[in-house]
Formats: sequence, C-alpha cells, structure tokens
Amino acid sequence: MARKTPAINTGSMADISFLLLTFFLMVSSINSEQGIMRMLPQKSNNEDQPKEVDIKERNILKILVRSNGDILINGTTIIRNNEILSKLKDEAKLFFSNPQNLPNLPEKKEKQCGLLGTYNVSQGVVELTSDNGATFESYIMVQNELSKAINELRDELSFITYGKNFDKLDESLADERKSIMQAIPLNIKEKTE
Amino acid sequence: MSRFRKNEKKETPEINTSSMSDIVFMFLFFFMVITNMRESETKVKFKPPHASEYQKLEKKAAVATIYMGEPINSEAAAKAIDGKIAVQLNDKIANPVPIDFASDIKSFIKAERDDRIQKQEDPNIITYSLKIDGDVQMMYVTTLKEELRNNNALKINYATKKEKK
Repeated sequence: MARKTPAINTGSMADISFLLLTFFLMVSSINSEQGIMRMLPQKSNNEDQPKEVDIKERNILKILVRSNGDILINGTTIIRNNEILSKLKDEAKLFFSNPQNLPNLPEKKEKQCGLLGTYNVSQGVVELTSDNGATFESYIMVQNELSKAINELRDELSFITYGKNFDKLDESLADERKSIMQAIPLNIKEKTE
Repeated sequence: MSRFRKNEKKETPEINTSSMSDIVFMFLFFFMVITNMRESETKVKFKPPHASEYQKLEKKAAVATIYMGEPINSEAAAKAIDGKIAVQLNDKIANPVPIDFASDIKSFIKAERDDRIQKQEDPNIITYSLKIDGDVQMMYVTTLKEELRNNNALKINYATKKEKK
C-alpha cells in the first residue's frame, strides 16, 4: 500500500527567493554602460613614415577647449562659457557637409559607399585640442556637439534615401547603416601631445 | 449529532503560498537577465558628464574599465597624481605618473589582451571604457589617452550620463 508523501513546507521558499532578489537588486546596475565612442589615432612608430599625413588647410577644423570653458574654432570664433553650444554644432555641420562647395570648406572625394554607390565624401577632419586646465565635462560637451552634428547629417541622408532616421536603421538594415556611416564619416582627431 | 458539530468548527482557511515563490523566482530571473553585475568597487569619485549623443556598449564582455577621479579612500589617495586625481584600472589603483604609471597601464592592457587571446577572440575588439569624473582636468585625461595610444588601445568610450531635459 502506497504511503502518502508528506507535503513539504514551501513557505520559506518565498523568503529565500526574496533574499536572492534583493541581493541581485543591490549588486547590479541597469545598463550603465553607455557613452561616446571614439577611436584614438594610431601611433606611428615607424620613423620612415611621415609622422602626420599632410592635410590641406581647408580640410581641417581646429577646435580648442580653453581652461575657462571658452571654445575656439580655428583660433578665432569664440564661444564663451558654453553659452551657445548649438553654434558649435552648426559650425561643425557646415564644415562636414559643405553644401555649396565653397573653396574654404573641405573638399569632397568620390568614394564607393556600399549601397549608396559613389558618394561625395567630405575630407574634413576636426582637430580637437584642449588646454591642460580644461575640465573633462566641457571637453565632453564639445564631443557631444560634434557627434550631434554628424548624427544630424546622417539622419538627413538616411531620411532622403531610406525614409527613416539613421538610428531607426536596425539590425535588418545593417548594410544601409554601414553605407551611411561610410558616406558621412566621423573624423575627429584628438590631439594628445 | 453534537459530536459531529464539534469537528465542523469554522476555521479561517490557510492561504496557499506555494505560488508566491514562483512569482518571486520569476522576478529574480527577470532582474538577473536585464542587469549586469557591478564589476568592480570604485575607489575614486566618479560622476559622469552629461551627453545626449551616447551609444550603448554592445559587447559587454569585451570591456575594460578605467576610472579617473578624486580618490575616496586612503589607498587611492596615497597613489593619486599630484595628490588630486587617482586612476583605477578595473579594480586596482594605478601608481602615479612619475613612478610606474606607464608600466601599470601597459601591464593592464597586456593582461586584458592576453585574456581575449586565451578565449580565442580578437584582442582588438576590447573597448576601453573611460569613466572619468566631469571635474577632472584635461591634462590628466590626455596623459591617460597618450598611454593608451602607446599601447595600441585605440577603441575608447567616454562614459556619460543621460542629459536631463
């Protein structure tokens, strides 16, 4: 005759799992890993190679972050104390896009850009320098504005060609995404010396 | 009759709590899946600057973290650069600039790369997450970046916080 198995008291089970739950809540953080991605320029240790590739004057936008928070563009235009940061964005956008092909703004070169075919890619490079005393926060603000400029340009191109914004191009449209990234590259040179 | 009635005395029925643990376990798994463990204890003050154009780090496994900020404990304070800014590599505080800073960074990057190679992955996929306090002066950041460049660690990510609107 089969004996009835006694029921196991599971009341404490909930307590144990609650304890585990609170433990995980405390030691974990939700998605804190976010930030501005950048590539540092490669160090050329080969002495035969010229240290820096010569870039034409018109293709460089020099941005300097001063210790007091001022931002100098090509040594002249001054944005004082982060007042009008959108001005910096507009300046960068104009520099990278050069819509009227002005001779003092970067030249463009035809390049094969994946699905977009040949595209006139801007040769512009932003050279970002900072004073020793400048805070990291103001530096990031400038980086953020530059990213914003590039993102807006990518959005515009993406909207014209694919009918959606750049950040809406997801996994299934990876090739489209890549082509746009090739057509509008993020050329920021962070000077370290 | 009275004998039966005695047994029928009304009792409050016990609430069945067996499903409670199931629900809580479900919560637990949910949190375990969406969260990532805090990889190291910070020994420096780190308050990231605000930015709106941030990207999420895709491959969480291939991230090496470098903190930079004012020291908050005595160990970090002893090794701070100019007595002000300490650098933490994953969970270890680096020695200050004049002494062993360069070699500390070098061995840190080498260890990270070796770790990837051992797992048969490309060491160049490592992203160096720079968690730098917003108040740190750029000269310290520049020194760090220069060291990263010297060791061919080029893929970096400046940790930022979502901008308040």
